[in-house]
Amino acid sequence: MSVAVVRFPGSLDHDSARRAVEALGATAVEAWHADDELPAGTDAVLIPGGFSYGDHLRCGAIASRSHIMGAVRRHADAGGRVLGICNGFQVLCESGLLPGALRRNATLSFVCRQVDLEVADADTPWTGGRPHGALQSIPIKNNAGAWFGAPDAARPVLRYHAANPLGSVDSIAGSTNAAGNVMGLMPHPEEACDPLLGSVDGELVIGGLLS
Amino acid sequence: MTQVVVTVMPRAGVLDPQGQAVRGALGQLGFADVGEVRIGKRIELDLPGDDPRATARAMCEQLLANALIEDYTVELAE
Repeated sequence: MSVAVVRFPGSLDHDSARRAVEALGATAVEAWHADDELPAGTDAVLIPGGFSYGDHLRCGAIASRSHIMGAVRRHADAGGRVLGICNGFQVLCESGLLPGALRRNATLSFVCRQVDLEVADADTPWTGGRPHGALQSIPIKNNAGAWFGAPDAARPVLRYHAANPLGSVDSIAGSTNAAGNVMGLMPHPEEACDPLLGSVDGELVIGGLLS
Repeated sequence: MTQVVVTVMPRAGVLDPQGQAVRGALGQLGFADVGEVRIGKRIELDLPGDDPRATARAMCEQLLANALIEDYTVELAE
């Protein structure tokens, strides 16, 4: 399996994303923002976190109109798996591949801490077959992670458990498209793939690229 | 070239945490009873062509505003 990790100017988490993919036995290759095609042999696409294009205009807005996103869209339209993490989630929402938008946190602050997530939809590839309501411990670190949109337009996969730290509508932490092949979430599963980091629950999400 | 001013504002009903923070700070400075404070963006564009207003609107639809959370207005500069 070959996973293309997209890199924009201002991407931050591409190395940890690559490590997480490789720890699960897949190959990670870089997809550069200015390219019109994904690397040959790409099976799945991961858009990592960061501050693409300096978060100018709106988080993810400029990246979502970049060259590589045309190729990501074709990959998704053909049924290929796409995972967007944090800024990657913002890019996917801005591109229209996922419903909704990410807004400034209701706390008015950057939020960086471990959170508990619960499975809201067990019938997608993105939660490793865990049942509805199962908990996962994964960190969040963002400034604009409050999901906004019509709840019935989303297909929530993960919700914040107990508290709603960013002020998301319906406590949504991550959502897929209707077909389930495109997934975005604000928490960072790639930072929860090693016992040294306190949790390996992120492997379930990253594993959705490979199943 | 015609200068066009695009104003992008959070849509009514969408929480504007930035506006709320500024409202709180104004209260601390003694400006009591301030109603709502909402913060948006002003974008100045120098545009060619016969219909710069239409061009600016197309830019808003494609990039400058996110219709899900923002409204925009387009005016020709004075």
